[in-house]
Amino acid sequence: MTAEARKIQHLYHRAGFGPEIANFADQKKPLADHRRRLFADSQAKPERLSVVSENDLKAAAVLKMAALGDEEDKKEMVKDIVRRGRELNLLWLDQMAGTKAVLREKMTLFWHGHFACRVLNAFFVQNQNNMLRSLALGKFGDLLIAVSKDAAMLNFLNNKQNKKNSPNENFAREVMELFTLGRGHYTERDVKEAARAFTGWNFDQEGQYVFRRFQHDAGEKTFRGKTGNFTGEDVLQMILNDRQTARFITRKIYRYFVNEQVDEALVEELSKSFYESEYDIGQLLATVFAADWFYDPKNMGCQIKAPVAYLTGLRRQFGATLTDKEPLLFAQKLLGQVVFYPPNVAGWPGGKSWIDSSTIVTRTLLPSVLFRDADLPMEAKDDGDVNTEFLARSNFKLMKASANWAGFVTAFGGKPETETAAALAHFLLQCDLSSTNARLVLQNADRTSNEALIRSLAINIASLPEYQLC
Amino acid sequence: MISRRSFLQQSSLAVAGSLLVPAFLKSLKAQALAPDDKILVIIQLSGGNDGLNTVIPFADDLYYKARPGLAVEPAKVLRLNDHQGLHPAMEQLQSLYKDGLMTVFNSVGYPNPDRSHFRSMDIWQTASNADEYKTTGWLGRYLDASCTRQCQPHEAIEVDDTLSLALKGELVKGIALQDPKKLYANVHSPIFEKVARAKPTEAAHENVAYLYKTIAETSSSADYIYEKSKIQASKAAYPASQLAKRLKTVAGLINSGVASRVYYVSMSGFDTHVRQEAQQSRLLKEYADGVAAFVRDLQQQKRMDQVMILTFSEFGRRVGQNASNGTDHGTANNLLVINGKLRKPGFFNAAPNLADLDDGDLKFQLDFRNLYATLVRKWLQADPGTVLGRNFDLVDFV
Repeated sequence: MTAEARKIQHLYHRAGFGPEIANFADQKKPLADHRRRLFADSQAKPERLSVVSENDLKAAAVLKMAALGDEEDKKEMVKDIVRRGRELNLLWLDQMAGTKAVLREKMTLFWHGHFACRVLNAFFVQNQNNMLRSLALGKFGDLLIAVSKDAAMLNFLNNKQNKKNSPNENFAREVMELFTLGRGHYTERDVKEAARAFTGWNFDQEGQYVFRRFQHDAGEKTFRGKTGNFTGEDVLQMILNDRQTARFITRKIYRYFVNEQVDEALVEELSKSFYESEYDIGQLLATVFAADWFYDPKNMGCQIKAPVAYLTGLRRQFGATLTDKEPLLFAQKLLGQVVFYPPNVAGWPGGKSWIDSSTIVTRTLLPSVLFRDADLPMEAKDDGDVNTEFLARSNFKLMKASANWAGFVTAFGGKPETETAAALAHFLLQCDLSSTNARLVLQNADRTSNEALIRSLAINIASLPEYQLC
Repeated sequence: MISRRSFLQQSSLAVAGSLLVPAFLKSLKAQALAPDDKILVIIQLSGGNDGLNTVIPFADDLYYKARPGLAVEPAKVLRLNDHQGLHPAMEQLQSLYKDGLMTVFNSVGYPNPDRSHFRSMDIWQTASNADEYKTTGWLGRYLDASCTRQCQPHEAIEVDDTLSLALKGELVKGIALQDPKKLYANVHSPIFEKVARAKPTEAAHENVAYLYKTIAETSSSADYIYEKSKIQASKAAYPASQLAKRLKTVAGLINSGVASRVYYVSMSGFDTHVRQEAQQSRLLKEYADGVAAFVRDLQQQKRMDQVMILTFSEFGRRVGQNASNGTDHGTANNLLVINGKLRKPGFFNAAPNLADLDDGDLKFQLDFRNLYATLVRKWLQADPGTVLGRNFDLVDFV
């Protein structure tokens, strides 16, 4: 494999969900072509997730009104909500596994982790997800304002309870601490004053933003050294005017897309351009993916794959078709990341926190479970919440998939087996194999046919610890 | 099956610039609990157990006023003192109380309580403030603080397939297993055994080394625990519930001398918004019968002075019942501690004041971090300031 091919794979792992066997022949094209293609494919109109239509919603609202106090209908509604939540999760996972617009989809996942939110109303969750997707590569200011007026977020951070004369500071605090400035760059007074500015920011049953004028505190406020009758919009603008916001976001993007170990000088430089471009996310990413330092060997094969990136990467890399999608919920739960169910508003910590004795067993055995008939006798924890107990349900035996083995044979077939093993390792991994491992993957490989050999080599390689990194 | 000796010989774990050091492998044999090493067993009730119907204030009129359909009749309450008693399903627990093995803490909570399951459980597991987000658990940080040599994951064991945040430290994490045989079977499945023989390159990144280290530790801990569990499977009689089964596993590991000072077990189903009585009765019986069997087993092994059992839930429930004959998420709750040598068996503090509520919810009297700090210092012999992030006053119950 050429150095260029490894860079191309690196680009797809970070900007998307990794390389695909179906596109293996494209690795002959220059790196710049792939980069252009990534951005071009994400310019298309964003694909929206839809498990709850406007009509469903109206029906549910009517039901709610008519059924106030009715036991059975209430139970039905709860069941329905839970079912929609499951559907939405699986639908998004499918979109990640199938979309051409991988950059936009990866960015949506990033923003979902950044603006972490967890509410029961599947319609609100769906709307938020579609909003994040449509603004994922645009201006951060637009994204911030849209998220701050989003029904799911306002619900999650209790802003409905934030009223004139009885403020609730949760939303104001998290906006500054987690979404923009970061801890240490605002005072408690700022939080209180910002909370006042956000009073009245509400939403209706259809998830539309509504400004409740009589709940709004229109009085004079002192926020970060300035005084005025600030509205919530004013507060957000002042936060954006602070270069610290650019630094905070840039640093987070760097840690996610480049390396957990931050090159501070580089981040400072990037954040200046990010700020001056009026927080143009697409431009920031384009800069990162075009930089020579992005392709420095020290930045390759060093990130532990997040569970959803790992599962999606596996599906795309192997061209896998799952016989049953439901086990994906269980797999996410076992591995510690379920989309739409972040642990808290700070999102998923990532890095080494993905790995413990249980998750390493699951990750090691998963390719065999999927593509061979191996068993994974594990159970997920029931966290006690009636609304998420479905996640613990284990029908793991149904987690089977077929892979695009024909594609693998085309790409890697017809060579002596040590060459095949090496070529497969270069495609599947972003770090080098030790000579021990090179021998190990060949041990007991199925040599009954060329396809059988490639299949068993690929599964062996995907079971190694090195496969967990990108 | 690969013998432990050949595994040790084959897996050269000396990777340049990595966290892996073979030293721990030598120390496995040397590791055993010293006779006065104390053991902490945590039982987590997930879902927010209704404390008021568990430890019942039968002498308080307000309890009956608030729960016309749900309150337990005074005649049915298993009295512990003149003010409070246990739910009728908990006979077995009442006898532990009568034997002086239990301290009940009323109204345990924390400032600015959160009524969301996952948020409040995080707070209890990470020992954070209500507005803080920690990514490590208090018992994980105990492992970090107490490991002067290379620490083994089996020094904190969770009886479940997945590991709770409570046992995840910065450097060290506990190990989760449903039962020793199952974990052993997993790590000795052909593919895992093969991967356990794998080695990284010399120049491997730190994260690669971390993955290899986790695999090596998982394998060695799995073998160690399995070997130990064969020595002394618990022979005592336990009920057939999931909790009892898990506690039986813990008892077996304790009795066989596994070098673990912390065990963690969860029991779920307590989120009783609707038709609470039937569900909670069943669960409380399961809890009481399971814990009693565990305690009697440990007593037979003369280990009840050495083992402290702490039972908690992420929040209690509201004082007034709701319209579905259930209760909704609340705040402070009671917390039980069971041990053979408690300083203050009985009730540690006064019953909750139902006349002084916070918008229908109980106010907390004791911050759970004070209890954790006491256990960290007096039971686990570690520094509470380091483990909990700041100093909390100790409580005189140990």
